[in-house]
Amino acid sequence: MEPIRLLEVDGTLRGDPPVDLDETRRLFTAMVTARAYDSKCNAMQVQGRLATYASFEGQEAAQIGSIAALRNDDWVVATYRDAAAMWFQGYLWANLLLGRMGDERGGAPPEDVNVLPPSITVGAHMIHAVGLGWAESLQGSDRIAMALFGDGATSEGDFHEAMNFAGVFSTPTVFLCQNNGFAISMPRQRQTAAEWLTNKAIGYGMPGVLVDGNDLFAMIGVTRDAVGRARAGDGPTFIEALTFRVGPHTTTDDAARYRSDDLVEEWRRRDPIDRVRLYLQRSGGWDEAWETELAESARGAIEEAVTAAESVDPFEPGAIFDRMYSTPTSAMDRQRAALRRDGGDD
Amino acid sequence: MTELNLAQAINSALDLALANDQRVVLLGEDIGVTGGVFRVTDGLYQRYGGDRVIDAPVAESGIVGAAFGMAIAGIRPIVEIQFLGFAYPAYDQIVSHVGRIRNRSNHRFSAPLVIRIPYGGGIGAAEHHSESSEAIFAHTPGIKVVVPSTPYDAKGMLLAAIADPDPVVFLEPIRLYRAVKQDVPDDEYLVPLGVATTVREGTDVSLFSYGSMVRESRRAAEALSGEGVSVEVIDLRSLAPLDEEAIVAAARRTGRAVVVTESPRTAGMASEVAAVVQERALYSLLAPVERVTGWDTVVPLKRTEHHHVPGLKRISAAVRRVMEA
Repeated sequence: MEPIRLLEVDGTLRGDPPVDLDETRRLFTAMVTARAYDSKCNAMQVQGRLATYASFEGQEAAQIGSIAALRNDDWVVATYRDAAAMWFQGYLWANLLLGRMGDERGGAPPEDVNVLPPSITVGAHMIHAVGLGWAESLQGSDRIAMALFGDGATSEGDFHEAMNFAGVFSTPTVFLCQNNGFAISMPRQRQTAAEWLTNKAIGYGMPGVLVDGNDLFAMIGVTRDAVGRARAGDGPTFIEALTFRVGPHTTTDDAARYRSDDLVEEWRRRDPIDRVRLYLQRSGGWDEAWETELAESARGAIEEAVTAAESVDPFEPGAIFDRMYSTPTSAMDRQRAALRRDGGDD
Repeated sequence: MTELNLAQAINSALDLALANDQRVVLLGEDIGVTGGVFRVTDGLYQRYGGDRVIDAPVAESGIVGAAFGMAIAGIRPIVEIQFLGFAYPAYDQIVSHVGRIRNRSNHRFSAPLVIRIPYGGGIGAAEHHSESSEAIFAHTPGIKVVVPSTPYDAKGMLLAAIADPDPVVFLEPIRLYRAVKQDVPDDEYLVPLGVATTVREGTDVSLFSYGSMVRESRRAAEALSGEGVSVEVIDLRSLAPLDEEAIVAAARRTGRAVVVTESPRTAGMASEVAAVVQERALYSLLAPVERVTGWDTVVPLKRTEHHHVPGLKRISAAVRRVMEA
């Protein structure tokens, strides 16, 4: 099976572009900004300013392109590797950073942003997207919900339950699987004997679409179709976006143990940002000064977010007892008093 | 007022919640056309339709996970799991997400859902149908765990659980579904969560229990009064949070405490109550705290189940021991 592709690796276009030149420039800027965030996080982790970080380098088109097809008030439920997607749907870089710094306030996006904090358990969150979209339908809203997950998550039992519920109840759900080749060290071939993950969609009575996940335009196109179906009440869609994580699983991982440099180089040649740059150059929508300036302002925006996140004062020690319930229970009150009496470890 | 059994009282609460709040939906296996395996949702599908009383595929994790998403987006789902022994596939959703989203998002998101689960033995059911693993849920942060033992409490506590802004696991004693009838108000009323109640006054011993063991404890108390022992029975009603003040006050009052549960003994609710008593009422005690519990075994099948689930004999023996200490 051939994945849907609109932009060739050399930037030539097959058919009509899904967005005009201005929008392409906006999305290119978003991808560059996301990569600046990614590279800043890797650097901060080395400096000890962030906890473990999971890079999304190489997956920018899959994330920015799919979110570009959503409406601002649609729900997004994503993983620890989906910061680009979450940000593009309205989550703040400063919140994402705060979360990685070990502060629960990072899990609270602005009030009008319908993005859940990143799911760290693999696979359990797809059914949440089913419930979110279902709730919108029950309340007469046409908001839809998109779940982002990786190839490894398709092996979890909850993937089956989420796909099955979405199919049975025809919920407005888009299942976006970023198949980046490896679940930590496990190659895709060890997750399923199916030739393509899209094969699974058949079993749940929904369309499955195979797409080049490093092609911004193809991602916009297939997600737009899926979102349109969901919003029209025609049910869920499963999208398998073929992509690659250029970095390790997280900053604690040594990817050289399970994959070759040649493979990484091969995928670097299919870089999603380079591809759009080549397209813009062919279309007269790019010049060097413009990219230099946008890269500079992207780095500036990330630095501002870092400053904002690092200037948030730590919680007072007893605040944990205020966060567990709407109003602290008697147990929370007693345990807060015990912590206050004895203090925590230094 | 209408005389109702515990199952009917729960049905009445669900009926009121569905009628009064359009956000309320029921989600579970066989709860629609059939009215649930225990007929607790009888008639509700016919009254409110399949969009409000939703028959789900056989997938407990999916049911709780979908309800969790629904709750975040403004629906008030009430889930029914058929038996506590079938709730374990959903435990990951409960411990990993339901009990955490408020903390994870610093109050930005919350999941006000109720998970109704029939529990407990004593009816000679098949394997997996008699579990009493409530301590697992009481041990899980971010949720409340409550157990009614009377029709009146069942209706008022369920309505309180539905109104609660946080997730509640609502355990229903299978053995009591149709055991007793009681006058229950027709209208809405709330029995606050987190509060124990004294169901029988007494001065010599405090018997602490909940759910189906309240009835066994009362039977023992009545029998022991013939021996001149005055036994107080406290229905804990809420396992998380535990009403420590009520436990401590009772233990200080009588100086003797016996805790009755049908769950496995190790790290169970009886151990927790005993710990609270020794922490805060040790110097009032006239005897060691006794635990009358199920054993650390699988619940035996029908032929020997009565050796596992506490009843009159074992509870009475424990009370006599603390009286003789």
